Amino acid sequence: MDTEQEIWKILATINDPEIPVLSILDLGIVRNVICKDDENIEVVITPTYVGCPAMDVIATEIRMNLLQLGIKNIQIITQLSPAWTTDWITQSGKQKLKEYGIAPPRLQKATHPQNNLFVEEEFVPCPLCNSTNTHRISQFGSTACKALYQCNDCKEPFDYFKCH
Amino acid sequence: MTLFNQHINPSTLQRINYVLNLGDNALILGHRNSEWCGHGPVLEQDIAITNISLDLIGQARLFYQYAVELMNESSSIIELATEDSIAYLRDQSEYKNVLLVEQPNGDWACTILRQFLFSTYQQLLYNGLLKSSDQQIAVISEKALKEVNYHVKWSAEWVIRLGDGTEKSYQRMLQAIDNLWMYTAELFDLTDYENWAVQNDFGVDVSILQNEWMKKVEDVFTEATLPVPTQKAWQKGGKTGVHTEYLGYILTELQYMQRAYPNCIW
Repeated sequence: MDTEQEIWKILATINDPEIPVLSILDLGIVRNVICKDDENIEVVITPTYVGCPAMDVIATEIRMNLLQLGIKNIQIITQLSPAWTTDWITQSGKQKLKEYGIAPPRLQKATHPQNNLFVEEEFVPCPLCNSTNTHRISQFGSTACKALYQCNDCKEPFDYFKCH
Repeated sequence: MTLFNQHINPSTLQRINYVLNLGDNALILGHRNSEWCGHGPVLEQDIAITNISLDLIGQARLFYQYAVELMNESSSIIELATEDSIAYLRDQSEYKNVLLVEQPNGDWACTILRQFLFSTYQQLLYNGLLKSSDQQIAVISEKALKEVNYHVKWSAEWVIRLGDGTEKSYQRMLQAIDNLWMYTAELFDLTDYENWAVQNDFGVDVSILQNEWMKKVEDVFTEATLPVPTQKAWQKGGKTGVHTEYLGYILTELQYMQRAYPNCIW
């Protein structure tokens, strides 16, 4: 058995508890898997937001799943640098977000500098009708990673996975 | 419980104090903001302030985890420190947060102004700490900075909205400035451990951040039609453990469970 491949397969089945359509690989938070041997494994993960309560749940999920594979010694290492960015969310992850009703983050370089006051990220497409005629209701949404937007055309309020 | 003792060598102790100051600022402001949970003026802003709270408590955890590493490496005490023991078992004189962050929430204007004054400072500080020779401090700052940028933007927009809002919101902002301005001097006043950190290349000389901070505050206040205070701020002491009466009340609530049921586990 190729342990490392097996582990990646398992990691692909672990989902973010708050956005259950996304796996932790889709999110880009697993940075590395190091197999010292079949029983000693290190998984390196990076937090999305420092206070995100999902991170503890995810670490526990990883541990539980790998224990079931018979791995005895699992180390989960949190790596802070380079800091996680939404650019690491995979294409298929972005597609899944959209289908789930959350507007996926745009690429960092495609967005305007966000430090100007009262400037909101423009052209965030509505995940329902694809209109880019939308406006921001709040910079902070139901979780740390999301902002709240509304579509001016179909009027649907929606979460935007904010560019980070 | 005193977490520090003579068993820790003096240079490590300075580093621990420096890290605790960073963590304590984040924890206490995070705790204050969390008091708004369920009480925000509108749902969106209730969510915003509690999100900021979560970011800050996340920062505090990272700094505490690092402080614990430093303590346990260098100490010969048998009972090891944990991030929980740092938060729940220190008395107020051991807390090193600035006085500004422990001030009461007051009204929305007061909470907003406190956030703006502090986040603007924190943004400059973390920017400087990116170059810290202490790798762990640098990476925590790198991570946290991305979130602090949101806090600055959000709070600055609110200062402008309230200052340049209605007569009532303007008056409340004036009152908030009156309540909080006196505590801002401490942000730029170097303590022993900060001096030591600067000399040893891992800390930021906060005294040189003041001009840039003042410029940002002036820009936002001007747009908000608010007067920039001319009187000098004078209150200080928090960084060395001399606090206003408010911290005691905060800790009473924050530490209640661990004090009432020692070693209880969630």
